[in-house]
Amino acid sequence: MNIPSELKNKWDLVSAKYEKKRAAMLPILRLSQDHFGYITPEVELAVAEYLETTPVHVREVVTFYELFRRKKEGKNEIRFCRTLSCSLLGAEDLLAYLKQKLGVEPGQTTPDEKFTLHTAECLGACEIAPMMQVNGDFHGPLTKEKIDEILKNL
Amino acid sequence: MHLRNTKYEIRNTMVKIVTKNFNLKDSYLLSTYESTGGYQAIRKAMDSMTPDQVTEEVKKSNLRGLGGAGFLAGMKWGFIPKNSTLPKYLCVNCDEAEPGTFKDKYLVSLDPHRLIEGMMIAAYAIGCHKAYIFIRGEYVRPYERLQAAVDEAYAKGYLGQKLMGKDYALEIVVHRGAGAYICGEESALLEAIEGKKGWPRLKPPFPAVVGLFGCPTVINNVETLCHVPTIIEKGAEWYAKIGTAKCGGTRIFCMSGHVKKPGIYELPMSVTLRQLIFDHAGGIRGDKKLKAVVPGGISAPILSAAEIDVGMDFDSLKAAGTMAGSAGVMVMDEDTDMVEALKVATRFFAHESCGQCSPCREGTGWMYKIVKRICDGKGRAQDINNLLSIGQNISGTTICALGDAAAMPVTSYITKFRDEFEEKCKMKNEKLKITI
Repeated sequence: MNIPSELKNKWDLVSAKYEKKRAAMLPILRLSQDHFGYITPEVELAVAEYLETTPVHVREVVTFYELFRRKKEGKNEIRFCRTLSCSLLGAEDLLAYLKQKLGVEPGQTTPDEKFTLHTAECLGACEIAPMMQVNGDFHGPLTKEKIDEILKNL
Repeated sequence: MHLRNTKYEIRNTMVKIVTKNFNLKDSYLLSTYESTGGYQAIRKAMDSMTPDQVTEEVKKSNLRGLGGAGFLAGMKWGFIPKNSTLPKYLCVNCDEAEPGTFKDKYLVSLDPHRLIEGMMIAAYAIGCHKAYIFIRGEYVRPYERLQAAVDEAYAKGYLGQKLMGKDYALEIVVHRGAGAYICGEESALLEAIEGKKGWPRLKPPFPAVVGLFGCPTVINNVETLCHVPTIIEKGAEWYAKIGTAKCGGTRIFCMSGHVKKPGIYELPMSVTLRQLIFDHAGGIRGDKKLKAVVPGGISAPILSAAEIDVGMDFDSLKAAGTMAGSAGVMVMDEDTDMVEALKVATRFFAHESCGQCSPCREGTGWMYKIVKRICDGKGRAQDINNLLSIGQNISGTTICALGDAAAMPVTSYITKFRDEFEEKCKMKNEKLKITI
């Protein structure tokens, strides 16, 4: 697979920060995901070749970490926290509301490809529980109305 | 004036060491940090102290590891072998994924230069010229603040080939995680920096001897390092006096759950759990009664409402059968269903087990399955004893502490609220009141 030069340049820039080639694995995968939207087996092969490691070492990393995607997702990524403080403050009911509103189960994308819903474990925002992450931002404390408002503005 | 006094008195509640700049306008800028005296401590250290003297000072301060283990920071620095010709590394743990914990998010977002200065002092003390900050992948805005601060420090000539303009190189790389609680475990963190899946390493050897890329490495939590500049500036004795006999200074407590005022609270180590909940976090919302508290992140054994007159330092909480951990305090009111709460906890550990060790990989999934079945009204007579037995078999049999961490909530919730579990197991096929 031919990696476009603009992406290859980013790979070079980030690799230069690490003593060992393979250590650039996580940032290179993130850059590739940002570029292509998700990580295909072809991308994995290209990364393996670039980092002078084996394809299985790339596959291991892609499947181990939660944030790497192996298929296309919607325009907006929603990660809904379900761990302890959020659960104590009603996350379960709000998640049910959100699932019904979007018409999807966690892991799925809405038919209009606008939203992909994921459940998440603690995101480090318990002080605003119950909360969810939408793209880069944390939102909370959530209510049904707040969820409606956040989704409307996207 | 700080006076050494009795165990449970709050001493000088106005002392703020790591959060003191939080309310300043543009607190995260290098110019703001410097205008409040920042980047003086590293100069003092490099100009008037030897690396060993810096380590000694941090040891004397009784600064403990604030990520959760509570190990004396200065002692850890001292484990770096002096005669090794290998490069030394400093890794900063900003994985912050222990449920209930959110303090490091604030530190890197609102005062990242304090962390950078702490890193500089640590690097000087251990002879390190390359440092990595590992920040969890889900922290996006905090990462942007942190990277901008590192860039500012480079632009000002504080980092790079000449640390603070002196003949000492220090490079800092911010390495983003990709979503895995296990990478908060120090050896899994090293694996993640090395570009691999986060499987913890067998110890010994410990990272101080064989760490990143096989070289001597110190791994410190964000907050631990944020305390270092003030320790150098004001001295170990000043710092040690705030806190308890073996636990110096302040720490940021994270209050969440059924409290009226959730948020971060920087307080001396001597504060009690009762004071934290009722004097600082406003008490229970709706003025309900307290039922239970998790004092130090989800792994910490739970305390009942009768057990909250305990100091929040590492040693007092250990003596009370729990742990200070990450200071993630999660408060549960009288309406909390403890079996449902345990379901959430066991589900978390089942999800986050990295899979390397059989007892944890199988045991975490099994414990969640049993608790979920109890919550669904299909509890069996032997379930409670099975849960305790699985917990026992995961403890001490795994490569890392996640196995033990998964067992502690199971053991403590059942031990302290056994009647609720027994009641639920009897309620087969009856309509359950699920309140959380």
